[in-house]
Amino acid sequence: MAGNYIENFFRKLGKPLVRFIAGLGELSIFIAKSVYHSVTPPFYIKLLGKQMIDIGFYSLPVVALTTIFAGMVIALQTYSGFSSYGAESAVASVVLISVTRELAPVFSGLMVAGRIGAAMAAEIGTMRVTEQIDALVTLSTNPFKYLVAPRVLASIFVLPLLVLIGDVIGIFGGFIVAVYKLGFNPANYINSTINGLESLDIITGVVKACVFGFIIAIMGCYNGYKSRGGAQGVGEATTNAVVSASILILIFNYVITELLFSK
Amino acid sequence: MSEYKIQVKNLHKAFGKKVVLDGVDLEIKKGESLVVIGGSGTGKSVLIKCIQGLLNPDSGSIKVDGIEINNAEDDIRDAMHAKMGMLFQGGALFDSLSVWENVAFGLIENQKWNRKDAKNEAIRVLRQVGLAPDVADLSPSELSGGMQKRVSLARAIATKPEIIFFDEPTTGLDPIMADVINDLIIESARGLGATALTITHDMASARKIADRIAMLYKGKIIWCGTVKEMEKTDNPYVCQFINGCSQGPIKVEV
Repeated sequence: MAGNYIENFFRKLGKPLVRFIAGLGELSIFIAKSVYHSVTPPFYIKLLGKQMIDIGFYSLPVVALTTIFAGMVIALQTYSGFSSYGAESAVASVVLISVTRELAPVFSGLMVAGRIGAAMAAEIGTMRVTEQIDALVTLSTNPFKYLVAPRVLASIFVLPLLVLIGDVIGIFGGFIVAVYKLGFNPANYINSTINGLESLDIITGVVKACVFGFIIAIMGCYNGYKSRGGAQGVGEATTNAVVSASILILIFNYVITELLFSK
Repeated sequence: MSEYKIQVKNLHKAFGKKVVLDGVDLEIKKGESLVVIGGSGTGKSVLIKCIQGLLNPDSGSIKVDGIEINNAEDDIRDAMHAKMGMLFQGGALFDSLSVWENVAFGLIENQKWNRKDAKNEAIRVLRQVGLAPDVADLSPSELSGGMQKRVSLARAIATKPEIIFFDEPTTGLDPIMADVINDLIIESARGLGATALTITHDMASARKIADRIAMLYKGKIIWCGTVKEMEKTDNPYVCQFINGCSQGPIKVEV
């Protein structure tokens, strides 16, 4: 009797499990091909430049808005928590560390995943279902080199720049709240920020940004590339690209923090 | 040298349990126009995609110019693709590029033409398919279905391929535009001396553009012959299909 239950359990588990493992294998092959074609010629420099503008320049407003409010709210919360222990002077350092190590890379990553990951999946997915990718192949053009590699490289190059800009804007957000709402002396606040600045904080953010950029581009391109069945398939690909990239960003954020800061 | 441009032998392809190609044999001579007819879902598109290397067959042999391309290395396939052009059923024009950039895509990306010369050549090919030069800078989405088909045809012939594939070239077009496209296909293929493989279920189109016609049914080529032979054949499957009868050996799954 118990044997039957166990057998049925594994039978039910079997199909989704096999599908999951097959999906992982498919994704691994896609990643390997993407990396190979990203580092071997021919390189489509013009397409790379276009992607860098799309991903970097046009994402600046959303990254600026999210990081400035993140910096502002951290300043406010830190003050409200630390003031009861007389540790208000730590506000600048806490804002600095929170923004550079965590908030700027994670928020920038999530925002770009929503904006760019979705766009990549929708564009490549539409190209797939309208046979434009097949047309590329028949015109002797490798879709990985023409579509995937420029997006992967552009994301890896541009996201660190966005995060560095987000760092500055986030810290500035904290400065605005500290000075204009909480009554901190501007010179002292800037001094504390500069004194507290360590290269590891910046490096952490940049490393995370590179990894997040790779994740966003791969999940966007992969989901678009394997989409099937018209508008519904493209819609699913877009949703999957954003959801999977967001989850992976949060997981890898922890993993990188653990690797860099665990003692 | 073989007299055949394309040789397909015992080609099999299944998707899961659904067998689509079940031992297809097909030979196309150099400069010949072969039309494969068959009902919807009989595997015509799968056949053409296998020959182009867009799908990997489960087994069988596909030779182009006597060179095996099934499971061939990427560089062999790339060399084969350079000899091929394709008119897709839906056009498959790149909507991020203008009309002339679509037509000149193969010239710029593979034959390394400079953009100015490539644009001039694209405009010349567009004229050849009956489109005015002022269409060149438009986006594909600004064109009608018939014009998109012409642009797609222009893209297929711009690189002067030795083999041209036509996937349902007249589907979705009115009868007059369909006839215009048929004429353009004949002109383009003959003008280039290219070998043409067309898949369609439009019999008017098949009769007009074919040197030979092959019928695909249940994953096999069940009949092959010239247009004249087709009109006289007593093959019940071919007779039912070309006359469009609901009664006959071909059962429509509804």
